[in-house]
Order: sequence, then structure tokens, then C-alpha cells
Amino acid sequence: MEENRVLEMRGINKTFPGVKALQNVDFSLNKGEIHALMGENGAGKSTLIKVLTGVYTKDTGTITLEGRGEVAIGSPQDAQNFGISTVYQEITLCPNLTVAENMFIGRGAGKITNWKKMNADADKILQSLEIPAKANQQLSSCSLAVQQMVAIARAVDMECKVLILDEPTSSLDEQEVEKLFGLMRDLKARGVGIIFVTHFLDQVYEVCDKITVLRNGTLVGEYEIKDLPRVQLVAKMLGKQMDDLSDIKGEGGTYEGADADEKIFEASGLQSNAGIKPFDFYIKKGEVNGFTGLLGSGRSECVRAIFGADRVINGSVKMHGKEVKISKPLDAMKNGIAYLPENRRGDGIIGDLSVKENIILALQVLTGFFKPFSKAQVNAFADEYIKKLNIKTASAETPIKQLSGGNQQKVILARWLLMHPEYLILDEPTRGIDIGTKVDIQKLVLELAKDGMSVTFISSETDEMLRTCSRLVVMRDRKVVGELSGDDLTQNKIMSTIAGDK
Amino acid sequence: MKNEKKTGVFGKMNDTMLLLTITVVIFFAMYIGAIVFQGGAFKKPQMFFNILNANAALIITACGMSVVMISGGIDISVGGVVALVSMCCAVYLDYHDGSIFGSILIALGIGVAYGLVQGFLVAYLDIQPFIVSLAGMFFARGMTTIVNTAPFNVADEEFTALKLARIVIPGMGTTNKKGIYVPAYVEIGVIVALLVVAVLFVVLRWTKLGRSFYAVGGNKQSALMLGVNVKRTKFLSHMICSVLAGIGGYVYFLHVGSGSASHAMGMEMNAIASSIIGGTMLTGGVGNIIGTLFGVLSLSTIQNIVSSAGLDQAWWTGITIAAMLCIFLLIQSVVMAQKKKALKA
Amino acid sequence: MSKTTNKDESFFKKLVGNQLFIPILALLLLAVINLINDPGFFKISLGLNNAGNPVLSGYLITILDYGSELGILAIGMTLVTAASGGQDISVGATIAIAGSAMLRVLCGGTSRPTELAAPIIVAFLVACVVGMLCGAFNGMLVAVFKIQPMIATLILFTAGRSIAAWINNNELPIVPDPKFAYFGSFIPGIPVPTTVFIVIACIVVIALVLKFTNLGLYTQAVGINEGASRLNGINPTFIKFLSFVILGLCVAVAALIKVSRLSTINYSVIAKDIEMDAILAVALGGNALSGGKFNMWASILGAYVIQFLTTTLYKFNVQSDALAAYKAVVVIVLVVFSAPSVRDYMKQLTRKFASSDKAALSKKGVA
Repeated sequence: MEENRVLEMRGINKTFPGVKALQNVDFSLNKGEIHALMGENGAGKSTLIKVLTGVYTKDTGTITLEGRGEVAIGSPQDAQNFGISTVYQEITLCPNLTVAENMFIGRGAGKITNWKKMNADADKILQSLEIPAKANQQLSSCSLAVQQMVAIARAVDMECKVLILDEPTSSLDEQEVEKLFGLMRDLKARGVGIIFVTHFLDQVYEVCDKITVLRNGTLVGEYEIKDLPRVQLVAKMLGKQMDDLSDIKGEGGTYEGADADEKIFEASGLQSNAGIKPFDFYIKKGEVNGFTGLLGSGRSECVRAIFGADRVINGSVKMHGKEVKISKPLDAMKNGIAYLPENRRGDGIIGDLSVKENIILALQVLTGFFKPFSKAQVNAFADEYIKKLNIKTASAETPIKQLSGGNQQKVILARWLLMHPEYLILDEPTRGIDIGTKVDIQKLVLELAKDGMSVTFISSETDEMLRTCSRLVVMRDRKVVGELSGDDLTQNKIMSTIAGDK
Repeated sequence: MKNEKKTGVFGKMNDTMLLLTITVVIFFAMYIGAIVFQGGAFKKPQMFFNILNANAALIITACGMSVVMISGGIDISVGGVVALVSMCCAVYLDYHDGSIFGSILIALGIGVAYGLVQGFLVAYLDIQPFIVSLAGMFFARGMTTIVNTAPFNVADEEFTALKLARIVIPGMGTTNKKGIYVPAYVEIGVIVALLVVAVLFVVLRWTKLGRSFYAVGGNKQSALMLGVNVKRTKFLSHMICSVLAGIGGYVYFLHVGSGSASHAMGMEMNAIASSIIGGTMLTGGVGNIIGTLFGVLSLSTIQNIVSSAGLDQAWWTGITIAAMLCIFLLIQSVVMAQKKKALKA
Repeated sequence: MSKTTNKDESFFKKLVGNQLFIPILALLLLAVINLINDPGFFKISLGLNNAGNPVLSGYLITILDYGSELGILAIGMTLVTAASGGQDISVGATIAIAGSAMLRVLCGGTSRPTELAAPIIVAFLVACVVGMLCGAFNGMLVAVFKIQPMIATLILFTAGRSIAAWINNNELPIVPDPKFAYFGSFIPGIPVPTTVFIVIACIVVIALVLKFTNLGLYTQAVGINEGASRLNGINPTFIKFLSFVILGLCVAVAALIKVSRLSTINYSVIAKDIEMDAILAVALGGNALSGGKFNMWASILGAYVIQFLTTTLYKFNVQSDALAAYKAVVVIVLVVFSAPSVRDYMKQLTRKFASSDKAALSKKGVA
């Protein structure tokens, strides 16, 4: 092992029933290095991380740690003892315990808990990292971002040599991300090796030193950050040369019907119980617009209120100028509104049901409890959309949970398109899916709009929204603060509106 | 400090303390109410000690139940285990001329065996605890009949002496109508029960294992990621519960002095109800042993109120326990929903 | 040659993968045990009963007859399991309640009436309402208050038999009309037990419901992902509630059979431990007890397998009180073998076995 190495993984193989998740993958990490682990969904990043943290056991291969030689990591506890700490995308803390307990449980010697000392230690760490939480506070009473910071504080305090950050930024806002980066640089200076997994390219180029790219469970290569420009990185991840990704707008064109000015949907003073301020909103026929703002600014809550997914407590809603009442999702569906939710796994797919059942679900519910489709109808619907959206699945009978993230998303999209909605709401349709599918979805949105469907598109990636939307509603702190269209649709203008500069 | 929100008294308390407070307040309100409105036996301290005497076994099993429930499981075999223990000990003492020591070993042995099997199935094979312990309950009830069909009283002298042993509580006695001073007393089982409560309280509050129970009950996946040995923790929670069911079985046996297949019918239900009333959440991760003690006391106080109010038909007991359980379940459900709302806003 | 083995393999896989495989295998196993023990087990004879009516008798008829209540309960239990991911353990107690209510209406509150106080159909309808109310109570706790099903139903599990006793003031009324006994035994002139027709009727009804409504799709969707179902316009609260009410209806029908068998009731014994059997039926049918996808027919078949087991145990002179211990062992064996961790282990074993087999074959080929 080289002198500066803290971690070296060689020839890692891991097979799940029917899937070769990792094939002969190498990975190495130096002291004081921030190393990005990149790849599309299903590339094997998570599997590699889980092998390293002892959640999975590898089939073959070796893991060597500085000062320990070759090690066998059989459980997360082993990994901790070896100085490998992990912060996951989902908060992996116990909400019913206190902040201090969450920082200290599962480690350290002795069988007795010294509450006084533990709380004092925890407070010290929290203060030094400027985390706004108290040691004896119950974790569930902290905001998600603070919970994530607590998880990081725990990892930091463990004197780890290897720190794994598995998409830790997805629930943090910009300032918090900055704070996290500060923390990472600090740790780097102390000689900790950091593995950083993220989908955000900007973040990679902001903090990382090296990049390792995986694709389909195999190693593509390890690169110095300065040797690998973005386009190259994307190409490596996709395994093909991509033309500039932003070049899709021209193909679409816009809807040119006579009723292009008609307001399909109009809301005024709409407010739900999810804590957003009342807002006004409308969409015209064939228009693509979007809600933008930082995470937690209330974008999703707005569209959820439109769809009736949260309980509406105020305001009125008009479809085609006629007042309607939308108090639950079914009402919205009856009015021709479709909603693809942000959380695909939690709110979108019905995991154990087949692809075809997932596709017909919304239309079936709309048709009615007493009018089930015949088998032939179901198959026809499913086949049509599997072909139309190019869904990669073994068959229409395959349970949807066996599909990759991108294909699952396409199935959910198919479900709503089958309903032939007038107004389609897409909340983060491209999150956590591979770039190829991302582009497909954006193209599809523009095509649909050209044919007269109104679409509201929400994405964390501003350039995606700039490419698809002709009008953007900007949100800050759960309030609509502006609307941009035409020449105002630039990255800078959006940023300044979000930030509130005049 | 943006995460500090005004959430009122409910929001500030952690879940465990909140539910415990509700229970304790309700118990005292009920007991004082009984003294004021019903008077009679409730005025004498011995009434309270009798409640303890009659429910020592329930306190022990309910404590075990709380441990399992805190770690996110459930064990409905405890009533069956209690019946099996009393039957085996009774048969051993009377038919095989066994010793007290031997019978205690049998009780512990049955508990350990149950803990091993159920703990293994739940923790290491990941089978739903309800199904495992449902089978355990039926197995125990069936085995009790197989060991001996007819109920019978134990005549063994040593045992009878132990059964009749009384510990006098000084200063709590009362003078009866004839003017004779009747000392207040508790049975040996109560001492055992209070010891169990004390030990478990310490274990749950101050040991790593105890906190692991809470962690696993709060979020199994997270606990695993935090380096807690989830399987071992789950296994031990079932082990503690089953062993306590064994001990509870012996205390029960000591109190009733007989073996019968119909002993402790529905005791698992009372244990679960006591835990819930005592503030243990069904969903795991929240609970307190002191609460469980008060849960048992509340439950038996209400039973006593019902019977001394003249509603002595057998069915009233079942109905009142169920009603009380129902009410507390609803309180938990509503309070937690309120708390969540308070935090969100 | 390799083609045929491939075909065989996939056929075998399909067979093992089918949900009906386990219950049918268990059924065959029990049949073989009985065949070895006493081939007379399978004899069906036509004779006359005490009343002089022609009846079929034999162990198989007994299984069909006494498995009826379980078969009916399995229908409702499957739906509850699928929708809520939990089980209703109060069915035995609610059978007592529904049965008691039925008797109260039939006998008009007196314990030894000389004639019926109300027509049987009225009494049955009252029982249906009572059963559905019990189901609605459980359903409300589960669906609205989000209490775990097994805990929520624990309430009626404890209180049920007491409530049943309370309905009839703890008396045991006897139904005077012999016609009432037809439901649990034979209709004069028809040698097949009436219960068989009742079960067939129930199966036909549920088959029609599953065919002509979306109950199956909705129930499974709610059981698998409640949040997603809601966003697709399904009302998960209502579907869960509905599944419990349907189970309540099944309970009422089972209560009719149970009460009719004796023309009276015993509050502490009627339908005792039947919740265990009903849950077991669902599990034996290969349905996940954690909810989601279900196969109704496998559950119903599972119910009869359990009755087959019970009858076999009786045949081996097991006391009725001790029966529970044996069934408990069967449950444990069953859940252990259906546990994912054990299944994975067994799959690995078979794979190893298969690969070594193949290696041996190829060696042979080379030789």
C-alpha cells in the first residue's frame, strides 16, 4: 500500500440474485482527500459503500486499511471500530432518543451510560460545529437539516480515518450545504479521507480532489478533478459521448392552438395545512411552467395543495374558469389534473404490484370501483405505454420494484399519461435517476406541451427548469416571491429573486 | 437557533415523560376518587397492599412485556408461560416430591427455553413477533393440558409455608371493628416484583443495553447503522420478557398455590394493557418501567372499583379492561398526533 | 437433451413458485400420512342419521363440514391481512357476540322459549349487522386511529366473550325450532352438509366481487403502499375499514353455522382459538402476513388443510385441549420455512446442489 493511503479496496465483487452489483471494482482513498464517487443509479455506488460499511458482505476482494492491513468488515459496528464513519442520505438516527444519545450510542467501551458526561461532551461538539441543537433535546424535535448535522457531528467525533458522506446534501439548504463543505475542508486538513457521493455536479467540482466513476457495477476509472471536465464526467458516467445536454429546447416548439391563452387552471389564495402562505397561481393551455426555490421553500407543498394531496384550508380553485372544489386527490384527477410526486419510492410506486397494474392504477381508480378493466384492456394499455416511453422491463408482469429508478419513474409517468390529463404536475421527476432518462423526460414534457397539455415542472436543478419552462414561479420561505418569464429566465435572475435582491 | 419552536408543555417533554405523567396523574385521581366516593375498603392502606399482592405476578410479566414493546416487539405468550410454569411446578412438588429450589429452577428453565426459541425466531430469522408468540401461547396452553389435565392444589408443606409468608409493613395497620390491630402486610412476591421494577428501571435508564432497546424500538435500521447490534438486542429483549414470565409464573404460583390449565387466562392481555396504560408506545421506542408499575396499579384499581361498585358479574372485568385499554390507546393516538402538529406548525 | 432438462427445470420452478404449491403439498402430505395409518380414512358412506335422513359420512365429509367456518373466515382475514398488514385476532370473540345476538333475537330474551321470537332470517340479519359493527369498531381503530391491527383487535378479543355473555344475561338459550339446526347439519333429503353449500355461496360471492369490482387491486395497493394509493385517488382509510367490515360479515356467517350446530351457545368455548386457525390459513396459503399481494383461493385451500390437520390429530387421539400445542408446532415450522432468511439459505443450498449436479453431468458427458 502506498504511504499516503488510508483505504484500498481491490477486486470487490458482489452478486445479488440475478444482478452482478459489483464486478472487480477497485477503489482507493488518500489521507486528507475528498474523493467523489460518481455513477448513475444502479452503477454500484451504494453497494460499494454498503460493502465498505459492513451492511453487505462482499463475495470476493480485499479491503486494506492503513495501520490495520487487510480487514474483514462484517457489520456496521466493525466498520466503526476500524474508523470508518458514514452519514447517509436518509437520516439514520433514532428519533426517540436525545441528540446526545444519538451521537454516542453504539460506540465506546463500558456498559453504563454516564448521562452528565455524555451531555457535556455532546454540547461541546455541537457548539464547536455551530449546530443549533441541545444535547438533551429529543431528536425528533429537531428539523431534518439539524438531524443531518447531528449525524455528521457523530461521525466527526468518532475520530474516523474514513468518512463516507452518502448524498448528505439532499435535505440541506444552500447555507447548510456551505457549512457542511466548511466542515469537510476542516476535516480534510486534519487528514481525514472523505468519500463523497452526490448527484450534484456543482458540489463535486466545488469540494472534491478526485473522482472515481462507476458504471453498471464496473470501474470506469479514477481521475484528478482538474483532468476531468464536466462533459467528460457525464460521458464517462453514461458510457457514451453526449452532445451538449442543454440542446433539447429547439426540438419542441410550442403549442399553437387557438385556445393557447385560455387559463386551464387558476387558484387564488390557495393554502394547505402543510404550512405554506396563501398563493395565487394559474397555468395556460400548452404551457410549461415551474415552481422554483430552495429546498424547503414550499415548492412541493404548493403543487400538493393544487392536487389536494395535503388538506386545503383556504382559497378557491377554477378549472376553465369554472369554480371547482378539490379536497382530495380523486377530485383533482376527476378534473383532469395528474401529479407525479417528489418521493418516487414512498408516494409513487406500488412496489409489489406488476408494471401493468402500476400503469393502469390511476385511470382505473378514475373509471370507478365497480368497473374494472378486462385483462385484454389492461395488457393493451400497458404494452402501448411500455413501448411509447421505452420502459425497460422483463415483462409487463414484472413487479415494479425490480426495475431501475429511471424505469420506475417512467412507469409512474405512464400511469398519469394514460389518464390523458389536461394538466400534468411533475414534482422532481428527474431526481435520483440517470441522465439518459432525465433527458428523455424533459423531451417528453416539451412534446406533451406542444400537443396542448399544460405542465408544471419542478426540479432542484435550475438548468433543467430553464430548458423546459417558459414561466417560473419563485418561492422563498414558503411564500411566492416572484414570477419570471421571457428574458428574465436566466440563472442569475432566478438566484437574485430567490435571494431577495432587488 | 431556528429550530427552537414554541411547542408548549407537550412539545418540550419527551414522549416517555409525557405519557408517564398522564398515567401517574390518572392513577392518583382514580385512587383518590375511589377513597372519596366509595370509601370502605379503599380507606385502608391494606387495600393498596392487597392490590400489590394480587398483582405481583402481573407487575413482573408486564415489566418484561414493556421491555419487548420498547424494543418494538410484542410477546403474547406470557400468560401461557405463567400457566405452564405453575402447572409444571405443581406437578413437580406434589407428584415428584420435589424441592422448592428445584421448582424455582423449573420456572426459570421454562422462561429461558421460551426466551431462546422465541428470541431466536424473532431476532435471527426475522419472523413477526406476534405470530411467534401467538404460537408460543398456544403451545404453552396445550402443553399445560398435556402435563396435567385437571387443576389441583399443592399440598407440599415447605411450599405452603413459603406461600403463607407475610412481610409486615410497620405503621400501616388498621384497627378493626373489634378493636384488634390488624397489621398491614405484603407477600414475598411483591418484594420480588419491586426488585424487578428497580433493576429494570436501572437497566433501561443507565445501561448501554437498556438504551439499545430504545434505539432498536425507535428505528431498527438506524440503530443498525449506528452500530447497535440489533439482532442481539431483539433477542435479549425477548429473553428478558420470557425469563420474567417464568419468574412471574412462579410468583403467580406462590400466590394461588395451585396448577391449572386455565390459570392466567388473558394475562398477556393485562400485561400489554398495563404497559400501554403506563405509557409504553405500541410502535416501540417509548416507555418507562415506572409507568408500567402504575399501569398495573391503575388497571387493578379500576377492577376493584368495578367490583366494589356491585358490578360483580364476571363479564364486567373483561369489558372494563378492554374499555380502559381502548381509551388509553386513543389518548396515545391523539396526544401523539397533537404533538406532531405542534412541532410542524 | 439439454432442452428437455431446461423445460423440466422451469416447470419445476413454476410449480414451486406457485402460491398454491405449499397448501397442496401440505394436503398431499397429510393424505399420505392418513393413507398409511388407515386407508379407511378416505371412505365415504351414505347412511341415515338419527332423524332418518340420508347423510354422507366419513372423515373427508367431516373435514368439508367442519372446515366451513374457517374457510369463510379465511376470506375476510385475507382481505384484512392484505389491506392492513396485520391480522384480526378478535374473530373468535366476535363470533360469540354475533352468535349471542342471533340467539337473543331468536329466543326473545328467554332461555327456554317454546317458539321462535323472530324469523331466522331476521336473526341472521341482526347478526350480520352486529358482526359488521364489530368489524367497523376494529376497522375504525386501525384505519382512523392508526393502531396496529393485532393490538386494536385485542380489545374485542378480551371483551368479546364478556359482551356475548352480557347480551343474553349469561344465560344459554336453546333455539326450539329444529329448522334452525339445518344450517349447521343437513337439510332433510340432501345428504351433503348444508355448510358446504354456504361456503360455496360465500366463495361465489367473493369471486364475483373480485371479478366485477376493483376490491382486489385497491386492497393490494393500499397494503403495499398506502401513501401512493392515496395519491392515486384511493381512500386507504376506507379500504382498510371496508376490509374489516367484510370480515365482520364473514364472522356473522360463521356465527350462524357455529350456533346452528348446537342450537345454543357456550360463551367461553364457541369458536375458541379459531383466530389462530384463520391466520394460519392465510399464512399457509402463501400470503405475506405483512400485507400486500394476496391469493384468496390459496387462503381458502389453506383453511381446509388446517381442518384436515385437526381431523388427523383427532384421529390420532389427541385431546382437544392439547390440540393447540401441536398446531403451534406446525405454525412455527411453517413460518420458519417461509421466513425470507431461511428461504434465501435454502435457495443457496439448492443452487449449490444443482451446480454440483450439473458438474457431475458434464463430467459424465466428457467421459
